Amino acid sequence: MKFAVVVFPGSNSDRDAFYAASRVIGEQAELIWHKDNDLKGADAVILPGGFAHGDYLRTGAIARFSPIMSAVTAFADRGGPVLGICNGFQVLLEAGLLPGAMVRNDRIKFVSQIVPVRVEQTDTPFTAACAPKQVLHLPIAHGEGNYFAAPDELKALEANRQVIFRYSSPAGDVAAEWNPNGSLNGIAGICNRQRNVVGLMPHPERASELPLGSADGRVVLASAVKFFQDLKASRPQGRTTSSPQALA
Amino acid sequence: MRARVYVTLKPSVFDPQGRVVADALVTLGYDDVKDVRQGKFFEVELSDADPATAKARVTEMADKLLANPVIESYRVEVLQ
Repeated sequence: MKFAVVVFPGSNSDRDAFYAASRVIGEQAELIWHKDNDLKGADAVILPGGFAHGDYLRTGAIARFSPIMSAVTAFADRGGPVLGICNGFQVLLEAGLLPGAMVRNDRIKFVSQIVPVRVEQTDTPFTAACAPKQVLHLPIAHGEGNYFAAPDELKALEANRQVIFRYSSPAGDVAAEWNPNGSLNGIAGICNRQRNVVGLMPHPERASELPLGSADGRVVLASAVKFFQDLKASRPQGRTTSSPQALA
Repeated sequence: MRARVYVTLKPSVFDPQGRVVADALVTLGYDDVKDVRQGKFFEVELSDADPATAKARVTEMADKLLANPVIESYRVEVLQ
């Protein structure tokens, strides 16, 4: 399968995501400049971490106007898997592809550390290979990862099982003391209603090899591969296209 | 014509920066400070338009870009 990694001016995890997808997972990957209009036949899209457009105005606020975002939105609308990591998650929120918004961490500080994150749901393209309630040790590095949604929206997120990752203890207990940024309900990642668009603040791509401190993140991109293979297997004979339309 | 847009976090959204500023003011001896809310201020220069049109257009701009309606509210003023 093929991953597209979008590069915004100010992205800084684009190469990490590219490396994880191509060298660690062993799939095809292509870096795509934000001024491009075309996802070049990708089967999954990654919006990487960083500070797109300097995070001017608000995190992700300007990136949503990048030309490539029309293609990403169309791809997502057709059911194509889209993963937003950290700043990429913030871009998805500003673009309205995911509900809610990010505010400053409750303790103001930029937080950079490896934290335990519990996988809440395994029926998304980016958690399909996870065990239910599996705890992953993933690095976070953000100043604005404090997830906010209005009370009704939050209730709907929980009711629709759209919370995909939650900060937890190493044993998987969710409590305020394990919440690094004040995020509502300990939310570290969510998906859309259709479950094909996933955003998370932790960086799985930066935890894909043990010398980096953890290889737990590998399962996130490996999930996309599993999801893609399952989809291909379930497709009627004779249809070999891997175009995003086929994913709808 | 010039318009001003004031953007602040909604009252229901915790403002950690405002909280820190409030604490700093109290430390400076301003014990009467109860709370501070930090926000953003924009001055928008427009080519000539009547005030009502200008207000409508800047309100639209605030809604679409200057503020994020999920967490922020805004107020628009048009200067003559």
